[in-house]
Amino acid sequence: MVQLLRIENLCTHFFTSAGVVKAVDGISYDVEEGETVAIVGESGCGKSVSALSILRLIPNPPGRIVQGSIRFNGQDILSLSDDEIRKVRGHKIGMIFQEPMTSLNPVLTIGLQLTETMELHLGLSRPEAGKRAVEYLRMVGISEPERRLRQYPHHLSGGMRQRVMIAMALCCEPKLIIADEPTTALDVTIQAQILELMKNLSRRMRVALIIITHNLGVVARYADRVNVMYAGRIIERGPAREIYARPSHPYTLGLLRSVPRLDRPRRERLDPIEGQPPDLSRLAAGCAFIPRCRFAVERCGAEYPPLESVEGAHYAACWKKDELLRLSVRAS
Amino acid sequence: MATDFSTRARPSASWKGEGDGVLLEVKGLKKHFPIVEGVLVQKATATVKAVDGVSFSIRKGETLGLVGESGCGKTTTGRCILQLERPTAGEVIFEGVDLSSLGHKELRTWRRKMQVIFQDPYSSLNPRMKIGDIIEEPMYVYGLPPDARGRRERVRELLSVCGLGARMADRYPHEMSGGQRQRVGIARALAMKPDFLVCDEPVSALDVSIQAQIVNLLEDLRQEFGLTYLFIAHDLSVVRHLCHRVAVMYLGRIVEMADCDALYENPRHPYTRALLSAVPVPDPEVEHGRSLEVIAGEVPSPINPPSGCVFHPRCPLAVDGCKTHIPALREITLGHWVACTEV
Repeated sequence: MVQLLRIENLCTHFFTSAGVVKAVDGISYDVEEGETVAIVGESGCGKSVSALSILRLIPNPPGRIVQGSIRFNGQDILSLSDDEIRKVRGHKIGMIFQEPMTSLNPVLTIGLQLTETMELHLGLSRPEAGKRAVEYLRMVGISEPERRLRQYPHHLSGGMRQRVMIAMALCCEPKLIIADEPTTALDVTIQAQILELMKNLSRRMRVALIIITHNLGVVARYADRVNVMYAGRIIERGPAREIYARPSHPYTLGLLRSVPRLDRPRRERLDPIEGQPPDLSRLAAGCAFIPRCRFAVERCGAEYPPLESVEGAHYAACWKKDELLRLSVRAS
Repeated sequence: MATDFSTRARPSASWKGEGDGVLLEVKGLKKHFPIVEGVLVQKATATVKAVDGVSFSIRKGETLGLVGESGCGKTTTGRCILQLERPTAGEVIFEGVDLSSLGHKELRTWRRKMQVIFQDPYSSLNPRMKIGDIIEEPMYVYGLPPDARGRRERVRELLSVCGLGARMADRYPHEMSGGQRQRVGIARALAMKPDFLVCDEPVSALDVSIQAQIVNLLEDLRQEFGLTYLFIAHDLSVVRHLCHRVAVMYLGRIVEMADCDALYENPRHPYTRALLSAVPVPDPEVEHGRSLEVIAGEVPSPINPPSGCVFHPRCPLAVDGCKTHIPALREITLGHWVACTEV
């Protein structure tokens, strides 16, 4: 496997009047060609900011990438000039946002928005780009593509808009697509359609996918590898099957235990993670999960646990990870 | 309408009639919204049939789940039951009284007994009021308890029941997290000691780890106060955990209704099957062995719904008859109702 993207010790902080918000605080991960990597976490854990950082789309001020390196396809993203990064965005790396309503321009036709990227990045003439746009719209399952090109985003349903976004992300043949909660705003049957489409197209065209989501089911169905984030850091990482079968961080374990499951009959009570996620502008020195953790020991408050291997490619950032692994092995 | 099964006899043991502990019965409920065009001379040009002939009953202490995708009419059904929307047709019988025939003044006494928890904890609390005042307001309106001290005492009690500290009474909504706000919404709903709660997507706006807290709270409260819930949701996993019976809606109609486990383990209607198959299970091992029944197409517009069975354009089982004939809900096994001729 060829490494496509490598992020090392990335720190993206927001300098606000209320203090420094460490939205992303030292994360490292990599993505190989053609694979699907999921970033899971709850709102405010820094998963979207980490993805936007890859494309340098962090609004500055107040945000800034203060540390770290991002290497994509041999290029150092952080040292590129504004012109150079513009050639990467939408060309080599495509992006699909959560809100198909707000990420398309409401006053431009679908056709114009699709062809614009191809004219810019691939140097196609307008008729050529139009032909290609029709092809891609058909590929993402939009009927009567010629007519759709002349329509505006408000003519389309949410699912259709997300298909347009996928066509737009794919049309320049990128190596990587970042999908930030691509189906959260959609109904379940449409969600299934869109995710299946993304999976099939990414396999066929050998595009790597970073899926950012809070939905553990979506991760289980589509991801090869998983990064679990909490309070700006990756707290567990590994092959999807490993993570679900043998969670080795109390947060991952808690998440998996707290979700009701479609395939299991009613239980008496769910086993929730008590408390709230922490305020990212007021993080203490140790592990950020302590106030909600059932396994916390004294050491957790003093030293942040490093992300270390539990078993092969399975990593966890917890001082008690080996104990947790034994626990979940016994449970399974 | 062929789907108007309000006149049908109540057949089975699991569908118990009044006197068998039925708290709420909905018969042939319809809500149509006119689409009005014109500025000076207004004219109704079309109607949206948001709810089109829905019947079900809920027993005391039971939780009925109402599931479906956006626009299927589940929220409108809830609002019609609460008489926040007056139904176009049909009856809403609560404790033996048809609420849809009552006037505003007469409804007042009934409103106390049925409350609602809304989806969005951000927009359902007045940002200019303190939490204590928000919870106290319904008590103040009804004068129950009549004295301010008694009401404040009750606010404290409700806060603690919902897992919030008494100090929270002096805070404003913006100082709280989503989960805490939803607890406030629940405390406010409980202020009038209701018998029946409509929970309209109460956990959809919350994070996964917070969802479980609220789901547990709702279940504890149901047991402690003997509440009855209509639980409206699109998250089928939460519904499986919380509900005793489930009704699946599609484009204004109920397509399947059954006991919870029966519905999840043996879904019969093709729409229910597709819906369940679309929900991913958080376990790669299970996911790997699952066959996916993705249905094509999208939910049609309720302004101009398909003829016959509204699901037929997307249905894998559809036959010619489905285009003309509207299937009635029929009981295929005890308590398991399906509106499909092909199963």
